[in-house]
Amino acid sequence: MTLLKVDDLKVHFPIRGGILNRKIDSIKAVDGVSFEIQPGETYGLVGESGSGKTTTGKAVMGLNKITGGEIYFKDELLNAGKKVNIRKDIQMIFQDPYSSLNPRKRVLDIIAEPLRNYEKLSKKEEKKKVQELLEKVGLSPESILKYPHEFSGGQRQRIGVARAIALKPKLIIMDEPVSALDVSVQAQVLNFMQDLQKELNLTYLFISHDLGVVKHMCDRIGIMYNGRYVEEGTKEEIFNDPQHIYTKRLVAAIPDINPQNRKENLEFREEVKNEFSNSFNNYFDEEGLAYQLKPVTDTHRVALPEKG
Amino acid sequence: MSNTLLEIKNLKTSFRIGEEYYAAVDNVSLNVNKNEVLAIVGESGSGKSALAFSVMGLHNRAKIEGEIVFKGRNIANLPSKQMNKFRGNELAMIFQDPLTALNPLMEIGRQIDEALILHNKNMPKKKRKEYIIDLLEKVEIPRPKHVYNQFPHELSGGMRQRVIIAIAIANQPELLIADEPTTALDVTIQAQILDLMRELKDDLGSGVILITHDLGVVAEMADRVAVMYAGEIVEIADVETLFENPQHPYTRSLLSSIPLVDDAQDKLHVIHGIVPSLKNLPRQGCRFSARIPWIDESAHEENPELHEISPGHFVRCTCYKHFYFPEENKEEQNHDTAQS
Repeated sequence: MTLLKVDDLKVHFPIRGGILNRKIDSIKAVDGVSFEIQPGETYGLVGESGSGKTTTGKAVMGLNKITGGEIYFKDELLNAGKKVNIRKDIQMIFQDPYSSLNPRKRVLDIIAEPLRNYEKLSKKEEKKKVQELLEKVGLSPESILKYPHEFSGGQRQRIGVARAIALKPKLIIMDEPVSALDVSVQAQVLNFMQDLQKELNLTYLFISHDLGVVKHMCDRIGIMYNGRYVEEGTKEEIFNDPQHIYTKRLVAAIPDINPQNRKENLEFREEVKNEFSNSFNNYFDEEGLAYQLKPVTDTHRVALPEKG
Repeated sequence: MSNTLLEIKNLKTSFRIGEEYYAAVDNVSLNVNKNEVLAIVGESGSGKSALAFSVMGLHNRAKIEGEIVFKGRNIANLPSKQMNKFRGNELAMIFQDPLTALNPLMEIGRQIDEALILHNKNMPKKKRKEYIIDLLEKVEIPRPKHVYNQFPHELSGGMRQRVIIAIAIANQPELLIADEPTTALDVTIQAQILDLMRELKDDLGSGVILITHDLGVVAEMADRVAVMYAGEIVEIADVETLFENPQHPYTRSLLSSIPLVDDAQDKLHVIHGIVPSLKNLPRQGCRFSARIPWIDESAHEENPELHEISPGHFVRCTCYKHFYFPEENKEEQNHDTAQS
């Protein structure tokens, strides 16, 4: 059964102007995006800033108004504001652990907030539940009375995780969960997220621009450019056999850890860059938007130019 | 004349917390040559930015001890009036965040002009404008004449970072300090900015200090690498040696904690514990020892020093000889595949 199905999602933001502040134009942040996520998998959503990946995540979360299209969660249609009981099955972990936790609240109140919204627990039960959650994310249960500033970045991100898993969600949307962290802390959080996924049978929608991290974490990957999908496939297909010039460029841009390949990388990157600028008009329409996705294999879809 | 552009000798930069001074950069010695990229790597809190700011003389209230010799002259603790002759002229810096480093109320052209006018008082206005437009072209900004009159908010992040680079190179600096120049940028733009910096270095023959925590960027850019931990340099070597034959436990841990694109690891290495805060830095013995508790105490030196283990390759403390990862067997395989 498909856990999440996004069908032709459109999120447009109005641009207002003129004397009456009427809508004069719109920004098409997400323009016709479709994908499906199966239970238990980690799905990566990759793109540059402004490509619409975060907007897509927020739309699934119900934080953005949807202009068009449908989002199904376990075959039930999600529309903004409705189906509260389904909403608790979808949780989000935010990018910046320094600003996504209220600095004036104690850890207890931060983690208990979703519990207070959905479950009626006594003070004692609530405290016990929060302590269990803290243990699960590897923090000491005594820290319930501390404030966020007393924790390091990695620990704060764990508090965010504890809050997200409090209601036993099925799907967790992670928006650049490790981008603000140092490499060593990043490794810690990534390992921990993988363990947690196995333990609680979670499904992840992983939004990131870091292809190294995405490759490490994800089973399937969708690449976005300018509000549309340009390519979707398994990890192997995207990294070993990228078909769209934008994907090729993205993969080529990843810095190589081996200094001896430096010269080859430079030449290869130059080559791909030229290919990108030369064939840009073939791969994108007049407005710079990608074409419709066409299947290449069962799992691999690419926005190849329309022929003829 | 020697090839050395900048020589830092026993630099110690301390900040006051309460009544006492704590050293964020502790007894660091390095040198940068002409036409060389020296990368400084480390986690946040390792003192790499504090080091850069010390060289630029940008710390307001820090106590700076030791020598910073730039082209034969000690510039440590120079009054800012004298420092301004160097700063932005022979010595320039690229800041981390292109979104905050530019003045939002000033046109791009004027912001670059500021740097120019300060050091070239006699240059006529018209000539300066021509020069700035050339400069914008050099950093590959499309339609430079148009951008000259634009404000920062009208440009994308990558474009703004190029403007910052243009300001930094306006006076053709001999030493360029780049503090996390691409951290705030997307990968494709990062690749372009790095290419650009590389070209500029080759054109001007300047020395570059590249401060970053991204080891991929280091592998792509650097000639030599210094690894910093808790205010000290723990390892320094040329880039090939550092990536092929890392010795210090911290360097090895860092390298095995990054997810590699062309290598399948199931588990990333996690460095035990956290970076100590400035106040709680261990001031005695091997500063990294608390993060590798499974290594026997006797492996560490009492007063760890940098040892030259092969020409140009320095490692602090003797603990590297005895270091192994707790999950060694698996780790060793990973290590081998990473090297082959």
